[in-house]
Amino acid sequence: MRFAIPLIVLAGLIAVFFFGLQHDPRELPSPLIGKSAPAFELPIVPFPASDAPPLRLTASELKGKPLLVNFFASWCAGCQVEHPFLMQLAQTGTVELVGIDYKDADADLRAWLGQKGNPYAPILADLEGKVGIDWGVYGVPETFVLNADGVIVYKHIGPMTAEAWKTKIRPLLGAGA
Amino acid sequence: MIPELGHFALILALGIAALQAVVPIVGWRTRDSRLLAFAGSAAQGQFLCVLLAYVCLTSSFITKDFSVAYVAENAHTQLPLIYRISAVWGAHEGSLLLWTFMLSSWTFAVSVFNRRLPAELGALVVSILGMISVGFLLFLLLTSNPFERLFPVPLEGRDLNPLLQDPGLAIHPPTLYMGYVGFSVAFAFSIAALLTGKLDAAWARWTRPWTTAAWMFLTLGITLGSWWAYNELGWGGWWFWDPVENASFMPWLAGTALIHSLAVTEKRGILKSWTALLAILAFSLSLLGTFLVRSGVLVSVHAFATDPSRGLFILVFMGIIVGGALTLYAWRAPKLASDGELNLFSREGLLLFNNVFLVVACGAILLGTLYPLVLDTLKLGKISVGPPYFNAVFLPLTVPLFVLVGLGAVVPWKKGRVGETWKRLRIPAMAAVAAAIILPFALEGRATIVALAGGLLGSWTIFAAVQDVWRRARAKPSLLSGLINVPRAIWGMTIAHVGLGCWALGVAFVTSYGFEQDVRLAPMAEAALGAYSFGFQGAIETKGPNFIAQQGTVTVEQGGRPVATLNPQKRFYPSQRNVQTESAVDVGLTRDLYVSLGEAFDDGSWSLRIYVKPMIRFVWLGGVLMFIGGGLAASDRRYRLARAAERSAVSASGATAA
Repeated sequence: MRFAIPLIVLAGLIAVFFFGLQHDPRELPSPLIGKSAPAFELPIVPFPASDAPPLRLTASELKGKPLLVNFFASWCAGCQVEHPFLMQLAQTGTVELVGIDYKDADADLRAWLGQKGNPYAPILADLEGKVGIDWGVYGVPETFVLNADGVIVYKHIGPMTAEAWKTKIRPLLGAGA
Repeated sequence: MIPELGHFALILALGIAALQAVVPIVGWRTRDSRLLAFAGSAAQGQFLCVLLAYVCLTSSFITKDFSVAYVAENAHTQLPLIYRISAVWGAHEGSLLLWTFMLSSWTFAVSVFNRRLPAELGALVVSILGMISVGFLLFLLLTSNPFERLFPVPLEGRDLNPLLQDPGLAIHPPTLYMGYVGFSVAFAFSIAALLTGKLDAAWARWTRPWTTAAWMFLTLGITLGSWWAYNELGWGGWWFWDPVENASFMPWLAGTALIHSLAVTEKRGILKSWTALLAILAFSLSLLGTFLVRSGVLVSVHAFATDPSRGLFILVFMGIIVGGALTLYAWRAPKLASDGELNLFSREGLLLFNNVFLVVACGAILLGTLYPLVLDTLKLGKISVGPPYFNAVFLPLTVPLFVLVGLGAVVPWKKGRVGETWKRLRIPAMAAVAAAIILPFALEGRATIVALAGGLLGSWTIFAAVQDVWRRARAKPSLLSGLINVPRAIWGMTIAHVGLGCWALGVAFVTSYGFEQDVRLAPMAEAALGAYSFGFQGAIETKGPNFIAQQGTVTVEQGGRPVATLNPQKRFYPSQRNVQTESAVDVGLTRDLYVSLGEAFDDGSWSLRIYVKPMIRFVWLGGVLMFIGGGLAASDRRYRLARAAERSAVSASGATAA
């Protein structure tokens, strides 16, 4: 019987792995879900460039309609990956995208979006990443789904995908799109 | 054309591997020697096919053929040739091809070197390796084809991950895989022995050089990985207990246990079923490592895209191979009878203790690595297990191991005597105590508990290992002839044990006396750390083949005397828009000086991370010595003697343990 012990251990391990594979290990729960978006006040990056003094936007102005808040940067590889999908999403007009440019230079940002297109309604500059800290961002890209009351209902970590949009995010927005 | 040729070669290899797996088994059941002889030809044919596929992929990289999706993702027109060759294993598909190539190379080697083996055993071993090969070739062809074409053809590739553009990483994966895959040979020997029921001293002697060879490559691979992490990640650390590292360390521990228990099985004909189990375990842990790294069940940062279908494939494959092996073990192992008694105070008894500690340490690491996954699966929350757990569990388990290493070389087989043992070991023991007290004060001027304990264990291991060679050499008329007459296996064991001692010294000293500091320095400003002062001379922009770098200059002085000039870089790779820290290290046997560049500030000052790492080289020196020791032991002439098989297990006296 003792010679069968390794086999039993293996069976247990395989069961754990099998269920482990069903999970996405990158799905980290955000403590912010179900709470109002953390307050901030950030400058809006004019796109294309303009000389007018920059406007500022606060968290409270995000209320009124559901939207996606996408933390991104021109230097981040995952953001390059999700960019084409965000462009598609913006073109359908289903939901408004607020881009928060994380620790990035405005010039780099303009060069990038100028070449590839801008999916964001407003782009806000979080130059020092302080807002990112309040929102619990630990690596760009990350996307927060806000409902009309400005409450965070979902957080997507990593590049946004068509699948995540269809299965997770669109149902939350409740729109028939 | 070339990629299609490679793809075709892989399909052909799959066909041959399937025959290689099945035909010898049929030959064994029907006692048909022609079918048994087919195993060798199949192994060689399969090797040629996989080699061709590997050459095809390499040539696509060399010619920058971006119509191959894998090449487009991992190469760039500006990437230097050496990294285009190493980029073959820079990502999933190519790594897997390398894995398969290594497997077919080991099988090829078995088919060439094992002509002296009984036909039945040799053919079965090759057949089992063929089964593993079928699995990996299917995995490649079904889920991870490296030859997939890309249309439209991009003008420029996405470039190799800059982290991997380092000489250490260019050779780390191949050596590591050599080790991982090499354990498949011990595994196949174990399965063949369980099938035939013949697990004797001769079997152990055939298995030993293969296992030692695999072990030495794994040792070198882990050492290189640690060295790379130190140089490239910019954290000044050499081991992080992260799941990927643990995945390579667990088979190493099991493999170390296996080479010692094989010695017992060869010399004393006992611990047979345990040895068979360890051989299965070592390879299973290698497969587990591949699974953990490739499936993404444990990877928790965004860096690598994971693919559940691949994970599922490896899981099913692992279930079949390991499950099949363990079922066979549960069925056949009870029939393996021991040829002798086990006395605990004897070399075999001490080696059994060594096995217990190694396997428990391996189990503790397995537990720590998988615990977060288990909790997550049971929905009990997300946690991560970090270095404090591993250090607290692993380090105490190693202490008895070091004590045992010294004893093991002196206590004879069958039955040891306490008085005799003490007589031989009192000089090494006293020398170790003296060294443990002198070293910390001589090198650093003060002692800590860790340095004293590590110094004691490390020097005890070294002195006890050396006294064995010394005693053998002294028994001859002249010292020189004595040294020449020491068998290579003994040299191998001694050098590997000295390496273990060096490792302990390095670990103890670097943890006790290492300094680190984050400073912000304006140009021409200085920071003092320990006995050294680091002067920042400012940073300028320089250009590399495929990157632009900010290069700082830091001069280091000790007591007003310049000792080193360091040029750490912060590299920007435009192709991936990726920033990479390239730390600068001044290497010394007793200390490393290490500087990495952090962020630049508007006023021209930089944040710098500075380390003084005493004796960190001993950590890797230990690994390299173990590698050399393994090489000597595996090439001992008694394994090469044509008629060694006949002389069998009688020569118990004067035998080796490593």
